[in-house]
Amino acid sequence: MSGEIARDVVGDYQYGFHDPENATIRFDKGLSEQVVIDISELKNEPKWMTDIRVKAYRRFMEMPMPTWGNCDMLNQIDFDAVTYFLRSSDKTEKDWDEVPDDIKNTFDRLGIPEAEQKWLGGVTAQYESEAVYHSIREDLEEQGVLFLDMDSGLKEYPEIVKQYFGTVIPASDNKFSALNTAVWSGGSFIYVPKGVHVEMPVQAYFRINAKNMGQFERTLIIADEGSSIHYVEGCTAPTYSTESLHSAVVELIAMKGAKIRYSTVQNWSANVYNLVTKRGVAHADATIEWVDGNIGSKLTMKYPAVLLKGEGAHAEVISVAYAGKGQHQDAGAKVHHLAPNTTSNILSKSISKNGGRSSYRGMLQVTPKAHGCRSKVVCDALMLDPDSQSDTYPTMEVGNSSADLEHEASVSKVSNDQLFYLMARGHSEEEAMGMIVNGFFEPFTRELPMEYAVELNRLLELEMEGAIG
Amino acid sequence: MLSIENLHVSVEDTEIIKGLSLKINLGEVHAIMGRNGSGKSTLASVVMGHPDYEVTSGTIMFKGQPLEELEVYERARAGMFLSFQYPSSIPGVQVGTFLRKSVAAVRGEDAPSAREFRKELKAHMEALEMDKSFLSRYVNDGFSGGEKKRLEILQMLLLNPTLALLDETDSGLDIDALRVVSDGINSITPTAGCLLITHYQRLLDHVKPDFVHVMIDGKIVKTGGPELAAELESKGYDWLEE
Repeated sequence: MSGEIARDVVGDYQYGFHDPENATIRFDKGLSEQVVIDISELKNEPKWMTDIRVKAYRRFMEMPMPTWGNCDMLNQIDFDAVTYFLRSSDKTEKDWDEVPDDIKNTFDRLGIPEAEQKWLGGVTAQYESEAVYHSIREDLEEQGVLFLDMDSGLKEYPEIVKQYFGTVIPASDNKFSALNTAVWSGGSFIYVPKGVHVEMPVQAYFRINAKNMGQFERTLIIADEGSSIHYVEGCTAPTYSTESLHSAVVELIAMKGAKIRYSTVQNWSANVYNLVTKRGVAHADATIEWVDGNIGSKLTMKYPAVLLKGEGAHAEVISVAYAGKGQHQDAGAKVHHLAPNTTSNILSKSISKNGGRSSYRGMLQVTPKAHGCRSKVVCDALMLDPDSQSDTYPTMEVGNSSADLEHEASVSKVSNDQLFYLMARGHSEEEAMGMIVNGFFEPFTRELPMEYAVELNRLLELEMEGAIG
Repeated sequence: MLSIENLHVSVEDTEIIKGLSLKINLGEVHAIMGRNGSGKSTLASVVMGHPDYEVTSGTIMFKGQPLEELEVYERARAGMFLSFQYPSSIPGVQVGTFLRKSVAAVRGEDAPSAREFRKELKAHMEALEMDKSFLSRYVNDGFSGGEKKRLEILQMLLLNPTLALLDETDSGLDIDALRVVSDGINSITPTAGCLLITHYQRLLDHVKPDFVHVMIDGKIVKTGGPELAAELESKGYDWLEE
């Protein structure tokens, strides 16, 4: 049954501020090979993509659950209760005026129009499974930059997609990359031509709206030789009563001398599984930077990775995690020094509160032929109460003795003296805590575009308000 | 304005203040002098409401209200200011942001507009001979002793308290810093009450007290005018002990 396309116009129930699910096409819950084929056919994809999906589906079925992270939570995922495809609007919108009003209302509450005015080089705002709004600023078009949602990217530039899709993260990488490869929908496709520098950050927003709606975005960014781009992805989801699964795959390719920065702040509601695979390849003298913030979700397992494949390549991974009640943030970074004279910096900061758990899981590898490498890893954890938990799992595989590696880790608490000092300046305990927490995340926040920084600070202050009683 | 009656204070079951009474009116400068460990700093902390100190008996009234009813931040908003002997650092929080938020919190509806605030800030920083690069540094993070004290006085000027408690504000200051800090204190004293905690005469050369109290073993044992400070400077404390 699950393979059949159920066309139902979903009614007008509302939870919190999410919109009625005006889905025109949605699938029954659950996954089978037929569902995978149907998704591909519905999108009129070339046969090679259908084949990739089917193969990935088979891998997904064979592969075991990861044995790290949080196995108890992972094993609670009911894959049969997830809807794998849902299209909320018939076509991809180019002009904001054409976007349906209820969708716009949701975006308004997330502040997207303002964001566009101030920051956007181009927009892909993902609603449900596909992009409904997509604009490219004229200057980007003039520079030859391709910025499309992934489905359109496949339609319009199949040869580029075919060349790079799955080359950084093969379906067989892990169970969730296999799942994503089988059922992916939406995400962004970006190609920056040789020598082109995209000055403004380009942004896309993702959110889950439908109950039990899984999101499987697939993003592919290729920065050709000597080019640069900063991509910003923000996630916010309203509260749900049932579990949701979010499993994205993001592949970055920085050619010789190119630079890609990928910034994310995810704030999924506390019932979302956020199981994401992010990896970039940096060729000679290229730089890949992951700026990764994890505030929401029930369980996040995400370890942005960089393969330093060319001599002189550089990786930067700056991440923060906030784990509140019932949350487990299992995040970190992986850097593989595969070529000589490659360098990397990893900075990870985490906060645990009200019994929340944050884990740093890191991998630093230096291969035997990679001489002259340098790496610095700093992990700081801040515990806001004795019920919370913070743990660190650093792994180092060093095959070349010339490597210069530093590792620092600290766990700290908020001191009474700090709180007293701030309270003596007129701040309530909650406000004082908010300031300390925002200060702790500042090395991350200052890397974000201003608007995201303000929003993140506000979010953390709201979290602190509910924290102390 | 501040009225302390027969105050007893303990920390972890050790009595530090053993029956102290003191009244401070608006416009008065009181200096409390004494050796290390006499309970001077405890007095300032307990008036501000530090959670580690327990008032076991006695009362502290501020503007007619028992202080036990007020949280630390409410005391600050009611017009009380403590210049810390050892100010805490708050990594990641910039001085400029911190000052703006603190002024908004303490002065509430009377807080200046953004433009007025910048004007006040600039004037006070010039008076305290502070470079504007201070504003983008993190609060007390990596500050020298003198820089910390200047930041304390800057906060005092901006928050415009009616009662200023200054705990060893003169310690660790060179002579130039002592001068600018003293000028800062003198600029608020006409309209505020002030409690200076010190064990050196030298601050009192710049800030003239109306009353000098000598504190020994948790009690005020002698009260006099500015001449008492000079006497202590020449004779020490031994003659006051029984």
